[in-house]
Amino acid sequence: MAGNLPSGEPEAESTPLLTVSGVSKAFGGLQALSDISLQVNAGEIFGLIGPNGAGKTTLFNALTGLYTTDRGEIRLNGLRLDGRKPHQVLKAGLARTFQNIRLFAEMTALENVLVGRHARTTSGVVGAVLRLPATRREEADSRERAHALLHRVGIAQHAHRLAKNLPYGDQRRLEIARALATEPQLLALDEPAAGMNPAERAALRELLLQLQADGLTLLLIEHDVKLVMGLCTRLAVLDYGVKIAEGTPDVVSRDPKVIAAYLGDEAL
Amino acid sequence: MRAVSNVPDLKTPPRWLAFSLLALGLAVLPFLVDAGMGRSWVRLLDLALLYVILALGLNIVVGYAGLLDLGYVAFYALGAYVYAWLASPQFGLHLPFWAVLPLGAALAALFGVLLGAPTLRLRGDYLAIVTLGFGEIIRIFMNNLNAPVNITNGPQGINLIDPVRLGSFDLSQSHQLFGYTFTGIHLTYYLFLLFTLMVIFISMRLEDSRIGRAWVAIREDEIAAAATGINTRNLKLLAFAMGATFGGLAGGLFASFQGFISPESFNLMESIMILCMIVLGGMGHIPGVIFGAVVLTLLPEALRYTGDWQRELFGRIYVDPADLRMLLFGVALVAVMLYRPAGLLPSTRRRREFADAKG
Repeated sequence: MAGNLPSGEPEAESTPLLTVSGVSKAFGGLQALSDISLQVNAGEIFGLIGPNGAGKTTLFNALTGLYTTDRGEIRLNGLRLDGRKPHQVLKAGLARTFQNIRLFAEMTALENVLVGRHARTTSGVVGAVLRLPATRREEADSRERAHALLHRVGIAQHAHRLAKNLPYGDQRRLEIARALATEPQLLALDEPAAGMNPAERAALRELLLQLQADGLTLLLIEHDVKLVMGLCTRLAVLDYGVKIAEGTPDVVSRDPKVIAAYLGDEAL
Repeated sequence: MRAVSNVPDLKTPPRWLAFSLLALGLAVLPFLVDAGMGRSWVRLLDLALLYVILALGLNIVVGYAGLLDLGYVAFYALGAYVYAWLASPQFGLHLPFWAVLPLGAALAALFGVLLGAPTLRLRGDYLAIVTLGFGEIIRIFMNNLNAPVNITNGPQGINLIDPVRLGSFDLSQSHQLFGYTFTGIHLTYYLFLLFTLMVIFISMRLEDSRIGRAWVAIREDEIAAAATGINTRNLKLLAFAMGATFGGLAGGLFASFQGFISPESFNLMESIMILCMIVLGGMGHIPGVIFGAVVLTLLPEALRYTGDWQRELFGRIYVDPADLRMLLFGVALVAVMLYRPAGLLPSTRRRREFADAKG
């Protein structure tokens, strides 16, 4: 099933967007991440898979500044990300979604996306109170973009509904729209298909492929093996905080270590 | 392009009509109250406006940013003391109010940041305890800063504070204008109304802005807000500073209005009362907060009349009105929280939230 994907593409042609080198993170005696190194190239969909507790979300949290790393380096376009605060990481161009949807429940879908514009806009208290021309322009632009993004992820009809009242699949889409509003170079999605029905999954898959076609780079944690294998350009497999494999889906899916750790017999 | 943030309200009458009626009502209100209920109620009206300013200030911190602040009265105190220091015989300074008020508000804002900074990592109950402590610290400072150098005049407070004067126009005196007599408390009403409208305007503009949305985002989910690019530290400090500015402004107005301030006026009960106003009215909702502030200023005063009611009903007074007053006040609060848990005038959002919880 992975045969239709380009495999063995020459690495030299792709430019590294995200470089993780030697990142480790321990919680007390638990080594959640051990010496993780990987590279996500511009324009690809990079999958991060592994059994529960393998450290995937920990790695996401380390990448996005929610956790400080013990060792190692994270670079986006050559710019150091480790040691930065979450909002600085975002501003550098790395946006994310959460495994357990974290929307602003009491805000409308539109407002959620507008919050995503925060980092790319500048108006302050004075501008807001006096509605200066620059603020008004910025606000109008933000709203226009927010509506367009809601439309793009397919939930334009919910613009004025509270986020918490949206159906589950649409909440996931809204989270993606909010992340896209921040104009990221790399979008990190933590199990975007979790809890979705097959139709929603298919729509999500379409959306992710469109985003890739538009030049966005995606980093994807996903449990749905089918989705990952069909979608990702390359994969890294984590197990107990250690990267046990990296490569194209067909290479990874044949790796005995991966089969033992995660995929099980049925994947063969 | 027209802003399309909220679902348009279809049933409202033409805006200019509603506004003119409201303006007219607010303009004649003190005279109606004076004629109908007596001068002491006009004074209460002035106080109610002050509390609207205070409640809207605290609403920014608690209602929007979700930071439970129990020491808000500290900023009210700072504004009042700055006014008293710069416009009373205490230091022999008599600066004009338009210079002193902004100074008081600015100092309060500075303290908002200073007191807010150490609490940034705290949430909920812990934040409440620390801010409560800060509020008390400020009050106790004011109480004890009369020796070795007399700065605050200690528990005796500062007296003979200058009233608001515009040139030779003294706002505490009666004036004949357009053939009507305006007493000091009438004029004060218009001054306070002006500031209240300004604070309402600022609150409304902030609520529907990049800054207001960031505050609400922090309230809703701080981690998601940070991961969505919001500098949570700066925006929380900004909320503290904005809230404190309004508190300081109200403090300065209070000092000029009373002519006398002492640490007594700025105790914990005051903070709790202001918090009650926004919770009771409808947190994060400007009309609700205004309503809560007015009701909670007037209700305790209205309950002073329970003595008269008892005499009418029973021919004698069974329970001291002073005791009964707080009892009934408590009952009223409990009743509101039981039957209207989202506040008397909740925002449409909160109303929906509670409806959802029930359904």
